[in-house]
Amino acid sequence: MTGDGAVARRAQRGRRRGRLAVHTAILLTCAAWVLPTVGVLVSSFRSANLMRSAGWWSALIHPFQAGQWTLENYASVLTADGMLNAFINSLIVTIPSTVIPITIAAFAAYGFAWMRFPGKNALFAGVVALLVVPLQMALIPVLRMYVSLDLNGTFPGLWMAHTGFGLPLAVYLLYNYISQLPRDIFESAWIDGASHYTAFVRLVVPLSVPAIASFTILQFLWIWNDLLVAMVFLGTNPDVAIVTSRLTAMIGTKGEDWHLLTAGAFVTMIIPLAIFFALQRYFVRGLLSGSVKG
Amino acid sequence: MSQPLGAPPLPRKSIPGVAVRLLRVLGALAAAAAVVFLLAHGLELLRDRQAVEGFLGEAYQRLGISNDAVTLTEGGLTALSGKLALGLIALLIGVGGAWAVFWAAHNLVAQLPYRWRERVVPFVFVGPAILFLCVYLVLPAVKTISASLSEDVLAIPDLVPEPYRESPRVAADFVGGETDWTFSGYVLDAGELELARVRDGERSALLLVRPEQVPAEGGEEQRALTLTAIGLRNFEFAFTSQDMHIAFRNNVLWLIVCTGISVALGLVIAALVDRVRYESAAKSFIFMPLAISFVGASVIWRFVYAWQPPGRVQIGLLNAVVTAMGGEPIPWVVESPLNTFALIAIMIWLQTGFCMIVLSAALKGIPHEIVEAARIDGADELQVFLRVTVPAIRGSILTVGTTVFIATLKVFDIVYVMTGGRFDTEVIANRMFVEMFTFRNFGRASSLAVILLLVVVPIMVVNVRNLRRQGINE
Repeated sequence: MTGDGAVARRAQRGRRRGRLAVHTAILLTCAAWVLPTVGVLVSSFRSANLMRSAGWWSALIHPFQAGQWTLENYASVLTADGMLNAFINSLIVTIPSTVIPITIAAFAAYGFAWMRFPGKNALFAGVVALLVVPLQMALIPVLRMYVSLDLNGTFPGLWMAHTGFGLPLAVYLLYNYISQLPRDIFESAWIDGASHYTAFVRLVVPLSVPAIASFTILQFLWIWNDLLVAMVFLGTNPDVAIVTSRLTAMIGTKGEDWHLLTAGAFVTMIIPLAIFFALQRYFVRGLLSGSVKG
Repeated sequence: MSQPLGAPPLPRKSIPGVAVRLLRVLGALAAAAAVVFLLAHGLELLRDRQAVEGFLGEAYQRLGISNDAVTLTEGGLTALSGKLALGLIALLIGVGGAWAVFWAAHNLVAQLPYRWRERVVPFVFVGPAILFLCVYLVLPAVKTISASLSEDVLAIPDLVPEPYRESPRVAADFVGGETDWTFSGYVLDAGELELARVRDGERSALLLVRPEQVPAEGGEEQRALTLTAIGLRNFEFAFTSQDMHIAFRNNVLWLIVCTGISVALGLVIAALVDRVRYESAAKSFIFMPLAISFVGASVIWRFVYAWQPPGRVQIGLLNAVVTAMGGEPIPWVVESPLNTFALIAIMIWLQTGFCMIVLSAALKGIPHEIVEAARIDGADELQVFLRVTVPAIRGSILTVGTTVFIATLKVFDIVYVMTGGRFDTEVIANRMFVEMFTFRNFGRASSLAVILLLVVVPIMVVNVRNLRRQGINE
């Protein structure tokens, strides 16, 4: 009898120790994952002198010390380093580069899902094959085409490049969703004399809002965070450069001015982080459906 | 054709009916023309900065904001108001444009007779996507493959004397005089860097003229190079040069270490957080880096890795820990091969959250009974995890692994920003970018892109085969 109780108690203690280990492991991992970003956030509000004389964590030890915090870094980064300009450029690049491919892809997904036309299967197989093609394959010929058409360094040129590169995943994801919509609703609409266009605008778009929202977030973040495509087609001219290429330029010229670099980095991250925290559910859904992206 | 029995007689076409129809066709044509006109003008406006400045300047003048108008016409688009106005025009065209095109095309097609319409409509829906894919992916890929086999930058410094540069015979004159190389135009003429394209029948090459790199001798040797510069020479470079050996070694390391650790860590974290109440908060933290750009992540980690000489205050987190424990500060990004692992850690930091999210969803899909049955049979937690859980989500693990693999293969930003490929940290994708962007050596860059493509071909084949198996909606 007593032996049994001892065993049970020991097992319980073991389990409790196990749970403690689980909590510790999770908390430590979370800390390791978050601390680097917190460091940048804290540092972006500290003056240059303080940055050089002590690590950012000392600010957390004396948070109320006079002169501990400043907004000057942001003021300097936004104006002198052209981050404000780059921020507007990023918006000008990102919004159309998100909307255009989704529009085109939604029409195409409906076509692939609910229309009959010759060559459909082969074309769709082509779209799937293009999912994983590294976009490095396309950069040089497209750049040459742009040079001859005088499109390099322009916003429309970059929108169209992002559209082309984003389309395979967009068509694939939206197809997966739109083809699963119940057949009946389309048939009754068609019988009522609705054209494909009407069916698309009135039925497919409203019903596909979850899929469209998920892909919008993925594409928005991917373009906002992109460096490669923007560097190649837009160049590094500060007039048109977006936040990621401005930040890259800053690393080159002010590599040790940590008070400015951290503020600059935070300017580039503010929109993605806001979207992430506000729309996390859609973001997760997009990732779950889009884990084949090339 | 006679009327089918029982059908009501068709109404005779009345004059107003024809007129309405005609009006509709004209209306659709007019709408299409208007869309094309507006888009063309808008795009032209966005392409030419001066036009934007002029246009905005005029608009401001009319609105009576003459101060800004003067600044704008004098080329001051950096003024915030001008920038915002430009942004609004861009958004209007960019966001509205695509819809307007579809709408206009639909209007036009709607005027066709029924049988024609049914045939044309699918191509209105699918056509634009196919067109974009062809222009931006398929044709470029073909051209890249061909360029990798047929183009080379000939680093012939300053051999082209000024008067010859515009001459069509320039190449023939300096490439040895005996070949049929002909000058077919400048690809790039940007002051310190000039590129000319030369052709000899099927073969073409790019000529690089960089005045700041003028070895006085060596012209002859360079000329000899030109004639063998085609075929597999770009790939020969890719597979035999010392730099590329390092890049290949590093890429293998990246692919194995980054994919392996991200997936394994993601799986373990997913399994652990499944047991605690603050699961979603913990997941958010680990998953957050996914929203951060590679460049942003590089700054974050450059700061973590920051190094000061011994004795100075360490402001980098890692070196502060190292020195606090009595060690010497470590130059994480400079010391090879440690630095490659330091860079890989950044990618792991970015990708683990993705693995965790997908695998966590998969874990929740495992039926409870299976796990319970294993527990009742006396399996301990580790056995349950390895023998039951992992096999049950094998498919998801494979998908996640593939996705991370492809992302890692293409990683360029991290290396470009952290080290620029110095200190033995080169990877293929970064070298491709540098060959293209810095050296303008498009032949070599193309061959590197082709190598990246070859790595993913098996994945492509599997994806298409899976699609075939599932079939697509008829």
